[in-house]
Formats: sequence, structure tokens, C-alpha cells
Amino acid sequence: MVILFELALTFYFAATIVGVVELFRGSRATTRIMLALAAIGFILHTANIVLSALSGHMPVTNMHEASSFFSWCIVLLFFYVEYRYRIGLLGSFIMPIVFVLMLSSSILPREITPVSPMLQSSWLGVHTALAFLGDAAFAMAAGIGVMYLVQEHFVKTKRLGSLFQRLPSLQILDEVSYKLITLGFPLLTLAIITGALWAESAWGSYWRWDPKEVWSLITWFIYALVLHVRLTAGWRGKKAAILSILGFSIVLFTFFGVNLLLKGVHSFVR
Amino acid sequence: MRVLVTGLNHKTAPVEVREKLAFDGPGLEEGLNSFLQLPEVKGAMILSTCNRVEMYAHVSNPERAVDSVKAFLSEFHSIDPGDLENSLYFYADRDAIRHVFRVASSLDSMVVGEPQILGQLKNAFEFALSKGATGILLNRLMKKAISVAKRVRTETRIAENAVSISYAAVELTKKIFTDLSEKRFMLLGAGEMAELAVRHLIKSGVKDVSVVNRTYERGVELAREFCGRAVRFEDFIKELVNTDIIICSTGAPSYILHKSDMQMIMKGRKNRAVFIIDISVPRNIDPEINDIDNVYLYDVDDLQGIVDSNIMGREKEAERAEGIIEEELEKFLKWQTSLDSVPTIVALRNRAEEIKQAELEKLMNRLEGVDEKQRKAIEYTVSAVVNKLIHPPTVALKEDSEDRDVLIAMIKRLYGIGENNGSK
Repeated sequence: MVILFELALTFYFAATIVGVVELFRGSRATTRIMLALAAIGFILHTANIVLSALSGHMPVTNMHEASSFFSWCIVLLFFYVEYRYRIGLLGSFIMPIVFVLMLSSSILPREITPVSPMLQSSWLGVHTALAFLGDAAFAMAAGIGVMYLVQEHFVKTKRLGSLFQRLPSLQILDEVSYKLITLGFPLLTLAIITGALWAESAWGSYWRWDPKEVWSLITWFIYALVLHVRLTAGWRGKKAAILSILGFSIVLFTFFGVNLLLKGVHSFVR
Repeated sequence: MRVLVTGLNHKTAPVEVREKLAFDGPGLEEGLNSFLQLPEVKGAMILSTCNRVEMYAHVSNPERAVDSVKAFLSEFHSIDPGDLENSLYFYADRDAIRHVFRVASSLDSMVVGEPQILGQLKNAFEFALSKGATGILLNRLMKKAISVAKRVRTETRIAENAVSISYAAVELTKKIFTDLSEKRFMLLGAGEMAELAVRHLIKSGVKDVSVVNRTYERGVELAREFCGRAVRFEDFIKELVNTDIIICSTGAPSYILHKSDMQMIMKGRKNRAVFIIDISVPRNIDPEINDIDNVYLYDVDDLQGIVDSNIMGREKEAERAEGIIEEELEKFLKWQTSLDSVPTIVALRNRAEEIKQAELEKLMNRLEGVDEKQRKAIEYTVSAVVNKLIHPPTVALKEDSEDRDVLIAMIKRLYGIGENNGSK
């Protein structure tokens, strides 16, 4: 259902615009409008993904679907974090990420190439769902990392304007970002393990140094480092925020760069 | 149906006069009763706070009522009327309504935007209401004033930012930490402003308080006051490893905390954030400490800067608030006009009179040989019927009921009178 996707994209776009407006002159009303638009977009988006899934394949078999599913996971987590922690202005920083991913999805190739019979297994669903949920958690952590850097800058330089007033406290931003990474890291770990198991059953070897595998491993090391230096050297706050943004840029490269620039078993187009 | 406000506030009268005129405790009830006894006053309410005393009255002629309210005030509080002359202000009608809206919205307060006044006004209104003193006009006016104040608060940022140094410090603390109850706080030194900030912090949830003073005994004393513990001056740097929020206000002539100390402390804390407020003059904490990651140091000038810009922000927001008040004022006046039943009563009578005359004329043309006496009798009967029919609605219109505006609209509709067809 192409129309559902386009409508979801439109609503996410509207939510992004309202989110940006909110940065400059926010009120309770703009927050509600933003959330309502994002929620409508999410419902349409969910319908779109469910319909694709019902048509017989896991909706991650081309770049268009994968990017769309990735965005969907972020919005899902966004609503979870929004209702769990009530972080002001969260949507203004997360919806743009969602919108850009959806926009990329809309221009990426959409033809559905049948998954080679060798790869037809339930591993496909488990592996990709874990990977995308993990990546979504990293996306959220990076978005909140940006919020942290903005707010930290205000506090440090003593420029306490109206944006400062509406952004939440440094502590909550740091904590939620950290929690998201502790959520994303095991998901990524499991995604790599299930990927290896799947590769073993499909191709007979666990690890083939495929570009995607390599870059996933790099991502894994980055986030392992984020968690490690936080616990040992106390890299929290600003440094943690910068690392979470760096980590997410590697996630993005693993997702887009590897698929579009480098060739490997994960590429959709051969 | 007119409003009269008589009063004085922090701008017009010094505290010596304000306290003499205050209605507090049992004085309020007594005052309200006597105020309501004034022949001109149909509805009454008294607002008495430490910054203002205001008498709200529903009167038919404000010009006449002014003098008796003035006389009442000087008599009730046994003050020479001459002493009040320069302190009192009077507002009637439109100005009075605007004044009530401005007071409720905290535009007339000493610190513009402070939130207490609305609560005080609500209490004063509830008290007067419970004594049955207010009446329809003041009821509606006060309810409207409360809703206007709420509108001003949600639509403008008038009450948003701190306008005192100690509050600004607390607001900042909340932007660095989330849950203050799990944070450790240290007061370094003493001083009025610092102690006020400590009290605000405790009110905002801070539980773990330690007090450091060069004189240990003084520290113990202060610690007891804040339910905290005293720490010896020599030990304070060691203690800082576990301290998240510091307010420093000592009389030391130079820095007592240096950048190198703080770097060591941060290592010990694994970089957990620290917020330091140095309100001592000269400063006691090396300003370069602010360059360390996760350490935020504000001195008294920084805080004063925040307060100044907040005050400026409030003034700008106050202008927007005045706009909202003008808008609501017009709405209220419109409602008040709609409450005026005299034109409706006149229109109703005219309508009845028109019908009567028209029908009588028709009848007279049809009947022949009616003599003067009979004609008078017919006219008398018709008039009696008409008058009896319009008597109950007229009485209802004259009654002081909460829903008089609804009643007026209803009667206009039922009798086919109104702006367009009233003169038919």
C-alpha cells in the first residue's frame, strides 16, 4: 500500500515542522500537535508494514522497506521514551531523524527481489528485527545526545534563553541516553549472534568478513567502548553524548554506506 | 449594576499605612459585614494582603459610594481621613474591572508575575461568597478575573522565570539535576542570601545537607537549622568528592578552591556533575573551574544577570498580558450590557402596547354604536389582560439572578422582540 507509506511520510514531515517550530516558540499546544501528527503517521506506517508483511515477506527485503522499518522502530521507541520519561522537546530532535530516514526510504529502490531460497528462514525476521530495534535505540541515544550538547552549551556558557528553559535537565538527558545504549547494545549483540547462526545454516560458515559484518563489528566495539569508559573512567555527560553521536553515524554508514557503496551478502541488489 | 474598587497598595502607601488598614483574622468578617451594611453597597468583597487592601463593591452610583467607603475605612480602622487621602485609589466601571483583572493576573504586584496573589484573591472571594456578600455582579467578575489570570499564565511566560538570586540558583540546579532528593548539598560559609537559597533547595527536595564554617560551632548551629551535619573547614575538600551542589558564601579574601583541587575531586567522582554557586564577594572559587568538564560554576554576577534578563522578559510578557486583559475586559463589558434588563422591559411593554392598540382599533372598526363608557370598559379589560400577562416576565427580568442574561435572551425570543424586530 504505497499510499499509506506516503501518508505516513507526510505526517512525519508535519510533525518535524511542528517540532522545529516548537524549538523557537513552544507551548503545551505545539507539543500535543506534534505528538498527534507523529501518532497518526505511526498508525499509517504500522498499517503499511503490516500489509506488506501479510503479503508474504518480512518487509526488509529492499532498501526502501528496510529504511522504512528502521524509522518505524525509532518512532516506536520514541513513543515509549516520551511516555516513560516525558522529556520536553524530545520530538523536535527525534522526528527530524525519522523524517530523513523516511525520505531516504521514499527515494530508495522499491522493487521487491525475491529472497533467495537459501536465505528463506525465520532467522530473517529475528535477525533484522533485533538489528533494527538496536539501531533505533542508538538513533534515539544520539538524538538525546544532541539535546544534551545543546543544553550543556547553554549551562556552561551561561546563556539561558527560552530554549534552555524548555529543554530538560542535563542529568535526565544523560541517563536516558545511557539507558538507550544499554538497551541497544545487547540487541546489537544478539543481532550479530543470530546473523552468525543464520549464516552458518545458510552458507555453512559463521563469519565471512562481509563489509556489513565488519562495520557491525565496528559499531559493536564503539558502543562497547561507550559503556566501558563510562563505567571505568567516568566518561559521562558531554563525552558520552559525543560518543553516542559518533556511534550512530557509524550505524548510519553500516546501514546506507555499506549497502549502497560496498558489495556483500547483505546487499539487496546484486 | 456598577463596580467600585477602593484600595491602596505597595505603590500608593507605605507599610505603616497598609498594616493599619489590613483586615485580618476576625477583622475580615467584621469588616465585610459592616462594609455590606453601607446603604450604597449591594455586593461586597475585601482583599487584604501584606501588599494591598482592596474593597470591591457592587453599587448603583460609584460617585456617591466613594465617600461612604472612604468614611467607612477611616472609621473602621480609626484613622484620620486626611491620612488616607493620598494613599487611596478609586476605580469605577471599566477601570475597576480592568484593575481587578490586573491584580488577579499579578500585573499590579510588587514582583510582576508572582503567583501568590491569585490564591489570595481566590480565598478572599470564597470567604465573601460563603458569607453571601458578593451578589451576581461580583461573583461573575471574580470568576472571570480568576479565569483571565489563568489565561495570562498559560498564554504568556510572565511567571516562568526566577526573579530573585536564590530562586535563580534553584532553577539552575533543576536544569542540571533531575531528582534533588538524591543529591548531596554543601553550604560553604553563611549569609542571608545563601541561607535563603538553601531553604529553597530543601523545599525543592534536597535532603542531604552539610555545612562548613571556619568556626565549627557556628557550622554546627547552622547544620541543626537545616537538619544537616557540620563538617570541619579543614575537611571540606575531602567532602567535595561526594557533593553535587555547593553554595559558597564565605568571607575569605581569596580563592579557597582551586582548579587543581577540583580536577582531583572530579577524578574521584568519576566525573559526576557538580554545580557550584559562588555568591561570595570577593569570589572564593577560582572561576577557571568552570572550564572543567561536568563542573558548572556560577558567581553572583552570573545569577544577577539571569535575574535581570528574567525581569526584562517579564516586563515584555506583561505587555502581552495587558493585551489579553483588554480583550477580556471588552467581553466582560459586553456581558454586563447584556445583563441590563431595562431595555428589554421597555421593549416588552412597547410590544404589548402596540398589539393592544392595533387589536383595539380593529375591534372598534368592527363594532358599531359603542358609546364612550363601553369603549373605556373594553379598553380597561384589554389593558388588564395585557398587563397581567407581561407582569411575571417583567418581575423575572428585574430579579438579581445568575442567569439573567439567559433570561433576557429567552424573553426576547419568546415575545419576538430584539435588535431587529423590536421596533416593528
